[in-house]
Amino acid sequence: MITVQNLSKAYGTKTVLSAVSAGFPPGCVTSVIGPNGAGKSTLLMLMARLSEPSSGDIFFDGKPVKGIPTSEYAKRVATLRQSSDFNMRLTVGELVAFGRFPYSRGVINDNDRRVIDESIEFLSLEPLRNAYIDEISGGQRQMAFLAMTIAQQTPVLLLDEPLNNLDMKHAVQIMHALRRLCDEQGRTVVLVIHDINFAANYSDHILALKGGQIRFNGPSGETITEALLHDLYDLDFEILSSERGCVCDYFTPRSGV
Amino acid sequence: MNTPSQSEKQPIKAADGSQISGATRMRMACLFVALCVGSLLVGARQMEWSQVVLLSGDTWLTLTASRLPRMAALILTGVGLAVCGVILQHIVRNRFVEPGTSGGLDAAKLGVLVSLTLMPAMGKFSQMLFALGFCFVTSLLYVAVIRRIQFRNTALVPVIGLMYGSVLSAVAEFYAYQQNILQSMQGWLMGDFSRVVQGQYEVIYLILPIAVLAYLYAHRFTVLGMGEDMATSLGLGYAATATLGLLLVAITVSVTVITVGAIYFVGLVVPNLVVLHYGDNLKHTLPLVAVGGAALLLACDIVGRLLIFPFEVPIGLTAGFIGGAIFLVLILRGEKQ
Repeated sequence: MITVQNLSKAYGTKTVLSAVSAGFPPGCVTSVIGPNGAGKSTLLMLMARLSEPSSGDIFFDGKPVKGIPTSEYAKRVATLRQSSDFNMRLTVGELVAFGRFPYSRGVINDNDRRVIDESIEFLSLEPLRNAYIDEISGGQRQMAFLAMTIAQQTPVLLLDEPLNNLDMKHAVQIMHALRRLCDEQGRTVVLVIHDINFAANYSDHILALKGGQIRFNGPSGETITEALLHDLYDLDFEILSSERGCVCDYFTPRSGV
Repeated sequence: MNTPSQSEKQPIKAADGSQISGATRMRMACLFVALCVGSLLVGARQMEWSQVVLLSGDTWLTLTASRLPRMAALILTGVGLAVCGVILQHIVRNRFVEPGTSGGLDAAKLGVLVSLTLMPAMGKFSQMLFALGFCFVTSLLYVAVIRRIQFRNTALVPVIGLMYGSVLSAVAEFYAYQQNILQSMQGWLMGDFSRVVQGQYEVIYLILPIAVLAYLYAHRFTVLGMGEDMATSLGLGYAATATLGLLLVAITVSVTVITVGAIYFVGLVVPNLVVLHYGDNLKHTLPLVAVGGAALLLACDIVGRLLIFPFEVPIGLTAGFIGGAIFLVLILRGEKQ
């Protein structure tokens, strides 16, 4: 579906991403993990075409994305970034309706209306529909932005740290919703995430970056191991499994950091 | 774990604010018509109703040659300035930006001045082209500067615009001083509708197609206000739409400056009042912004004509005063929240 090949990005002389090649399995949740400055967000921004790669290519269904116009790309890949500087006074309903912009260009038809209703329903946002987004909590706000991204009805969704600043409950709601998007609607979700436990428990696939290069890339079952995580984060990990999932414990290192 | 519990949903009032209710529309329409009638009735010459009905005589001449053109100019200028303000606010993503606080008005003045001295014989058309060119280029520059600033403080953006405007103004004054037209310059460029008479103001009708175009693009301008990244993710050609917006603003500003002079604050106060109650979705709010701008200017003009009757206070003063006062209240109320 979406693949990157030899993708590099440099700001001036500083290389933040060097020759990254990876595929993102369709219909799966892929978590991009790694320490700060690893190039995770840069990779996502390049895939979203919000910044230009220094070299390398991105392919969508085998075709280079360079040739796809912005207005068409918005029907294939939806991106949700952190929206802390968003200062528009819109209601949740209006915001979600803007997810239809790539199709409607402002004239909402019956199908658009149905999709908007479904997206709001999907995240149980109905009670907040007429609330202004600058008057609701950070978690509800993030849900509203996610609903807008869902309403874009793209096969691929890219999310940059969607759990930032959220409480545990909202974080679980968001991750659960992403899981359902894959399982129920067959969408491909790629997200940059810092919380290793959410990544381990909710994603099918893990892509680990460090210093602008891929450290490891594979199904979560094979990649969430004490050795690989230690190598990635330079922290002492202990992975505890139970029937509900696993916990990666790194909070109290056995032997100094 | 997959649905928000009842307790968590905030008790939010059923905000029907996003849609402007029929009652509001009626109230606005009534207010607007009342102001129009007021604008036609107020003036140095007493209206004789019998002559209006007969379509003849002095009163009829006053009405068609002066009062009606003046009312049309007031409405169009108000619509134009308010719409300009709201478009600029979406492009720059700052509520305190309008042509007066982004150097646009000063640039247009400078353009008029250059045109007057370089080709005095060319008249209104050349003045408009110069004002348009200067205004467009300086607003592109302003937006480019603002976009380069990493730390975007809400107050910093208009302050930079005011400084920028002052520099342009200083250049204009220096130029006027050299050309020996400094004294008269301040006279022309203060917003004033008393010069509006039949045959002198018709270029202002250009605002009509601009306002229609702005309405057709309302959805795109709203998306623009979400920022470049989100607009691009939604498939909007950011640069092209922003440039179109700045061009619409430049045309409107240049047209108003050459016909009635510079009027501050209308583009700031009206959009801010509308946002407070009806939000930022321009498809819904743009008509209200336009009518609000026209109503504010009509009101300011009536006040200006009554204050020292039968003489007039220029609208630049009354609009600046009334607009400034409303704006101060808005800021203070905003801080309380």
